[in-house]
Amino acid sequence: MPGSGCGERVKRFDVIEHTADTGIVAYGADLKEAFANAAYAMFSLMADLECVEEKVCRQIEVEADDRESLVVSWLNELLYLLDVERIVFRRFNVVELSDTSLKAEGWGERLDATRHNLKSGIKAATYHMLRVAKDSRQHSIRVIFDV
Amino acid sequence: MARWEGPLNKIGEYRWEIPKSYKQGMRVPGLIYASEEMLGSIREEQAADQVANVAFLPGIVGRSLAMPDIHWGYGFPIGGVAATRVDDGVVSPGGVGYDINCGVRLLRTNLHESEVRPRLEKLLSELFINVPSGLGSTGKIRVGKREMEEILTQGARWAVKRGFGAKEDLEVSEEEGCLKGADPDKVSTRAKERGTPQSGTLGSGNHFIEVEVVREIYEPAAAGVMGIDEVGQVLLLIHTGSRGLGHQVCDDYVRTLRDAMRRYDIEVPDRELACAPVQSPEGRDYMAAMACAANYAWANRQCIAHWARECFVRVFGKSLRDIGLEMVYDVAHNIAKVESYEVEGRKLKLCVHRKGATRAFPVGHPDVPSKYKQIGQPVLIPGDMGRYSFVAVGTEGAIRESFGSVCHGAGRTKSRHAARKGVRDADVAMELASRGILAKAASRGGLAEEASEAYKDVAEVVEVCHRAGLCRKVLKTYPMGVIKG
Repeated sequence: MPGSGCGERVKRFDVIEHTADTGIVAYGADLKEAFANAAYAMFSLMADLECVEEKVCRQIEVEADDRESLVVSWLNELLYLLDVERIVFRRFNVVELSDTSLKAEGWGERLDATRHNLKSGIKAATYHMLRVAKDSRQHSIRVIFDV
Repeated sequence: MARWEGPLNKIGEYRWEIPKSYKQGMRVPGLIYASEEMLGSIREEQAADQVANVAFLPGIVGRSLAMPDIHWGYGFPIGGVAATRVDDGVVSPGGVGYDINCGVRLLRTNLHESEVRPRLEKLLSELFINVPSGLGSTGKIRVGKREMEEILTQGARWAVKRGFGAKEDLEVSEEEGCLKGADPDKVSTRAKERGTPQSGTLGSGNHFIEVEVVREIYEPAAAGVMGIDEVGQVLLLIHTGSRGLGHQVCDDYVRTLRDAMRRYDIEVPDRELACAPVQSPEGRDYMAAMACAANYAWANRQCIAHWARECFVRVFGKSLRDIGLEMVYDVAHNIAKVESYEVEGRKLKLCVHRKGATRAFPVGHPDVPSKYKQIGQPVLIPGDMGRYSFVAVGTEGAIRESFGSVCHGAGRTKSRHAARKGVRDADVAMELASRGILAKAASRGGLAEEASEAYKDVAEVVEVCHRAGLCRKVLKTYPMGVIKG
């Protein structure tokens, strides 16, 4: 399932095979976009984001020791918000990004099992096979989830 | 994914060793329990490499083990068992996993298949309604701050005190449903926030409730002690864990221990193997927080068992006493425990990590409940929803060589994504129905992801453990109805 959502032409992420779990590689013209797409990919594994509306907005700030850990902190922060505030996010804007901190806005709405076509939940983003990379064309983030 | 081409030397029947020479830094060899036929699929992924990586952990003794249901995890392989010295060894949250005390609970009934079949659909619907399941489902219990602390310190005992189930349930549970050493202050507020609304929920993924029927009994005497007397008898199996609370505890401590590791000058080949000395403040804190999450999971399974009992009473219009539904046993398969073993002639206190592995204590072991003293601890090994599950008992063999551990299930061979490709839930449900198995899932894609084709044959997995002397098969069950989270 190439994850080009919302009719966009540029591929936002790929799902990668991992026996017990599920992983993604998210892409972006810059690193901010790759971080946003990684979050989008994670939520699209759990719900049909086409059915999710943008009713609430959250400011999200996370810190970590390095860029890779920042990916895990970012995604796990969103899973925390999903569990505690029950927000399914569908759009992200990464406002500030350094190697050790991230500020972003996320839009979505409260989880609704009757409308969101919920799939299996994700327990956590892991450090396993974690990679933040850049080639001549784009930035990419690979992360494996514990499902 | 690249094939794993490392060495697997046969050192006995069903025993394949990865020598220390495979990677510089391995402190002990690795050992995988498998049949020759399984090696091909084991080599298809990097799980064996993870067995070797675990052998890097400071203080590890014996061998870094993997059960025949081994598959690729993160840090540790699933099916991994590692014992480290409590005195000078480490504890690694990766050796437990994000779903702390994910485990299984088995209940027996007085009902026969012929009585249950006609009402199976009704029963499944009741279970589906009364046990919250699926992503974002919230529990029916309102838990306040103080009550959350009680859950974390008392586990299943809290649930029984609140009227969910009976005292007798506790006697036939690993640790009597309550792991000692739990300290709620070591659990972050975030973890408690995640756990509060999810108390008493099944979750999603591979978690399930299964109504099953006894298909074959290999050891009638042992089965009899468990209250299982005949082929056709109906059982109930519950599989779930510590939900968001456990996930957050793991995430918190992987981070904490990664920092600590630098201070203690420990190097490991994989970030998910982050660890700290068991006796360090960080190691102790993790153990105390992990115990809280384990207790949360036991409370969770206790509540779910109670609601399942209520469903049976309603559907069959009989008293609980008539229906039975007494607990056979409850085991954890993602946990770290302090246990004593003889290693090279010396009795040592060890921290046994079981990640997708089940404790399997033999006849006479002091931690086996008195009811099972004569047969050994029951070991619950669920297979995939379309085939069968097993009940076994622990043996001396497990104490001698696998730190009292054995396999925990079938083990995946296909990723969830691959399993879902081109397969519709409705088709899976129909195929199952054609074989007399009713299945309901809370999540879209939930049935396709968990279809039999995605798993190893659990019979082969159990057979290897049985023949290797790590456990003895007691009985086999066949699924009748499954609720998937």
